Amino acid sequence: MQEVKDFKPTIVAFCCNWCSYAGADLAGSSRLSYPADVKIIRVPCSGRVNPMFILKAFERGADGVIICGCHPGDCHYSTGNYYTRRRLALLYSMLDYMGIERGRTRVEWVSAAEGVKFSTVMNKFVEDIRALGECVKLGDIRCKD
Amino acid sequence: MLKIGVFVCWCGSNIAATVDVKQVVEAVKLQQGVVFATDYQYMCSEAGQLIMRNAIEEYKLDGVVICSCSPRMHEATFRKNAERAGLNPFMVEIANIREHCSWIHKDVEEGTIKAIALANAAIAKVKLNAPLISGESGVTKRALVIGGGIAGIQTALDIAEAGFQVDIVEKSPTIGGNMAKLDKTFPTLDCSACILTPKMVDAAANPNIELLTYSEVEKVSGFVGNFKATIRKKARYINTDLCTGCGDCMSKCPSKKGKNEFNCGLNNRPAIYIPFAQAIPNVAVIDPVQCIKITKDKCGLCQTVCSAKAIDYKQQDEIIEREYGAIVAATGYKPIKLDKFDEYGYSQSKDVITSLELERLMNAAGPTGGKLVKPSDGSHPHTITFIQCVGSRDISGRGKCYCSKICCMYTAKHAMLIRDKYPDVNVNVFYIDVRTPGKNYDEFYRRAVEEYNVNYIKGQVGKVYESDGHLVLQASDLLNNEQILVNSDMVVLATAIEADESAKKVASMLTASIDTNNFLTEAHAKLRPVESPTAGIFLSGVCQGPKDIPETVSQASACAAKVIGLLSKAKLVTNPCVAHSDELLCNGCSNCANVCPYGAIGYETKLINDHGIRENRRVAVVNPALCQGCGACTVACPSGAMDLFGFSNSQIMAEVEAICKK
Amino acid sequence: MQGLELKLKERLQKLLDDGTVDCVIGWTKGEFIYDVTPAIFTKESGLDGFVYNSFCGANLSKYLVSQITSDKKFAVILKPCDTYSMNQLITEHRVNRENIYIIGVGCSGHIDIDKVKAQGVSGITNVIDNDNNIIINSIYGDSKIEKASVLLSKCQSCKGSELKISDEIIGEGIKTPTCDERFDGVKKLEAMTAEERFAFWKSELSKCIRCNACRNICPACTCRTCVFDNARSNVAAKANATEFEEKMFHIIRAFHVAGRCTDCGECSRVCPQSIPLHLLNRKFIKDINEFYGDYQAGEESNQRNPLVNFTESDIEATVISDKEGK
Repeated sequence: MQEVKDFKPTIVAFCCNWCSYAGADLAGSSRLSYPADVKIIRVPCSGRVNPMFILKAFERGADGVIICGCHPGDCHYSTGNYYTRRRLALLYSMLDYMGIERGRTRVEWVSAAEGVKFSTVMNKFVEDIRALGECVKLGDIRCKD
Repeated sequence: MLKIGVFVCWCGSNIAATVDVKQVVEAVKLQQGVVFATDYQYMCSEAGQLIMRNAIEEYKLDGVVICSCSPRMHEATFRKNAERAGLNPFMVEIANIREHCSWIHKDVEEGTIKAIALANAAIAKVKLNAPLISGESGVTKRALVIGGGIAGIQTALDIAEAGFQVDIVEKSPTIGGNMAKLDKTFPTLDCSACILTPKMVDAAANPNIELLTYSEVEKVSGFVGNFKATIRKKARYINTDLCTGCGDCMSKCPSKKGKNEFNCGLNNRPAIYIPFAQAIPNVAVIDPVQCIKITKDKCGLCQTVCSAKAIDYKQQDEIIEREYGAIVAATGYKPIKLDKFDEYGYSQSKDVITSLELERLMNAAGPTGGKLVKPSDGSHPHTITFIQCVGSRDISGRGKCYCSKICCMYTAKHAMLIRDKYPDVNVNVFYIDVRTPGKNYDEFYRRAVEEYNVNYIKGQVGKVYESDGHLVLQASDLLNNEQILVNSDMVVLATAIEADESAKKVASMLTASIDTNNFLTEAHAKLRPVESPTAGIFLSGVCQGPKDIPETVSQASACAAKVIGLLSKAKLVTNPCVAHSDELLCNGCSNCANVCPYGAIGYETKLINDHGIRENRRVAVVNPALCQGCGACTVACPSGAMDLFGFSNSQIMAEVEAICKK
Repeated sequence: MQGLELKLKERLQKLLDDGTVDCVIGWTKGEFIYDVTPAIFTKESGLDGFVYNSFCGANLSKYLVSQITSDKKFAVILKPCDTYSMNQLITEHRVNRENIYIIGVGCSGHIDIDKVKAQGVSGITNVIDNDNNIIINSIYGDSKIEKASVLLSKCQSCKGSELKISDEIIGEGIKTPTCDERFDGVKKLEAMTAEERFAFWKSELSKCIRCNACRNICPACTCRTCVFDNARSNVAAKANATEFEEKMFHIIRAFHVAGRCTDCGECSRVCPQSIPLHLLNRKFIKDINEFYGDYQAGEESNQRNPLVNFTESDIEATVISDKEGK
């Protein structure tokens, strides 16, 4: 068993191009660090994130998946994140129902101006995932070492 | 097999200090399909771009990955460069190894590993990119300006001057906005009406400008170059073509209980009124709440006295639809409500007023004819005290966290004007800081202090209360480090300004972003300050943030320049990253159309050849001119028929797989 | 139930004869009374072999999906619970309403032959359904069984006797006495710890042989090509190679029908491995009801699926991640 502090989780962050990705850019230009375990995938809108992408990430060995979008009401495409909110509330509830740890999935609204929030959210999420350890309940054994 | 080239930028030491770029180059070379990889100090420089172009030609690259700063910074640059080398611009992907990597990590090993992972994800994605061709759409040669204050007027005048049609939609019965209410303007002290009203007249007289006053935009659809707006012209109960603006009706109207909006409610006006003498259009309007004829079907006096026969009690709101190529938000500001600042006694004492109310009290066309008197009893004040930053720079949550920017200067102006006109009146100013950046601004403030002996006190006022017929201010004097009591006949509150209440609704209609203070957001705070992130939407004046008049006018003209640039184009290039439906997979279920915010998805019954079976099927069809590429439809679609160019299901899946590869 | 078959047959023959319809979607006899199969009858073939009895529990609405481009007119026999699916199919433009003649039948619940056999009855020759009880004739003699004890699981949480859409109604129905509250099964799982839930689903879903029966019977699963069959979807598979794929298939299947699933219970009914698949769909239904207000898919046609709808004040998506407890 690995020591928790040595555990390097794989974390996929889907960020919408207009708010959260820009928020991550701002975190970068403000030099607000968060662990390198977080890798960002740019999507036009949080509403572009198909539940299959999330499950795929877990299949391929992700230990946590976080989706970031514009704050409700501020979606660049007016309404995209409202659908995200419904889809992911339901999907995450289903994963919980199947016994998957709740902390492995998250949704956060981060605006382009919230570099600090982006960094805080990521630090917290990584901390949570590190506490949970490696994701063993999901994941394709063929994709493991 | 696709041939991919990877270019790793050092960004000077911005990337190279925390990412071992050489190691990234070596690592990506191991990826299948990567035939060329190199690093360079500044990929965005002309020399860097040349390296990229040469490699595209020499290695016949099918796809390019740039490991550099955020795609929000230079994606367009590198796409353009690819095009110069004959590669489709959409065959370029950016791995963001600066903002998302080197700038946030300190450990070189960690940074390098992450940079490699991000590069590999971009490589995996670019292999699934498809060359995309941008489409074209037309431009309606007409602009809509929402708001008829100085910002909206200036923008409209400049656009009209360039030869394009402009409509100004103003919700109140006249254009002019807040500036029309001001007495004098800093730092030159010229009369506000004298400089504004000629512009109002110009706007009305310009054949390219149509004024839609007492009107509101209700709905906006469409996209850059091709907007469609629904505008409600509220019933004025006046035939504006017939009304001569003589004002006879106003003097006869028996209902005089309406608060005079133009005078900030300091006096009343009749139910039928012309907002002010120089109003444009100079026609009357009936306040349907106050009018006895409309509410109780009695009176009708105005109709009797109107020799022009302009009054029409049966008039209804009119809905008009117009098409526009560009839309300008110029919704302006209003002072904040002071109900959360009871300590200043605004609601308790009539002699505590806001700065805008003082403007009206000092204005020759105002309720007192320009004579400065105490509102409570009409007597002459002997001491007037100004309190700055009322609700501005407020971290208590009651007011606004920002600096309202104009208060220091107008307070100096007020103080100076009072001392000039009434040398017997003592003037105190309580301030936190006095901020006077701007041409001739600090000189102006110093004149107030040095020439006019205005008593500036650094400190905040804790309480204002009435005692023995005058006001007492309990305050701290920070420079002398003491608590003081100051007696004053009047108190003027430099009230914070906030975005007009219409801003939020307008922003959501325009799908323009808005910040937490309801100010509209720029596309780029520094480089694109007059554009909204939503294409075709522009920002003029205080709707973007607090500004004084010179700044507002400059921004309004800058905004007009951007609009003119857009309207001058014969064709617009459309974003090819749009949704498309696979007819063979489409069920025709309408889930996608239900989530589309742009009405870009329609349904057609089409003859489909499904592996030899020919049948008529109801299938989704995306209008690429309307689609903005959000991708909501792709997730609503259960069969996967709907996909998005540039961010396809398989591209995103490939990125996920690359990132999760251990 | 007894006279129903005759009435139906008579009426259907008339509809075929007078040209109101060209085809009938009903059931055909098998070797045993409980051995019935959905079948299409045409004017030419006549109604030979037509049967309608207590074992005709299947939802026939899905058979119309493949007929959407046909220019023929179909009569279809729908029970009250099946009419929800029909409405949903109409909403999603998956059937051509103009070409469908819906005969709504009264229903008093359908029988699960396995439950009958489980009571020790064998050699069954005939079953007489008296609505409250059933008489079973067998080669070993007759026996009488309480009907409620042998109802199909889906009938145990009956939606009621009201037909949500029909062109004509034959027979009178009664709401079957519900044995379960609809969400009891879901609540029981929710009350478990995460580890217990994980173990439950691991053991249930590991039984999945990926026969696709659940998908094929499901009246909401009507995609021309399922994502799991589409090589370009990156999730296609013919068999579950890993535990993850078992979950992935069932989560995505349930998610794709979420907000559209009428809770007809066919998935669990047809599962040869007896996986309680309806517990997945019902979880989504329960969550939708709790988060966004009560919603019954197929209650009427042209409703808006709650997953392609929203309100500005919807519950936050962190409702789950931030939940305390097990």
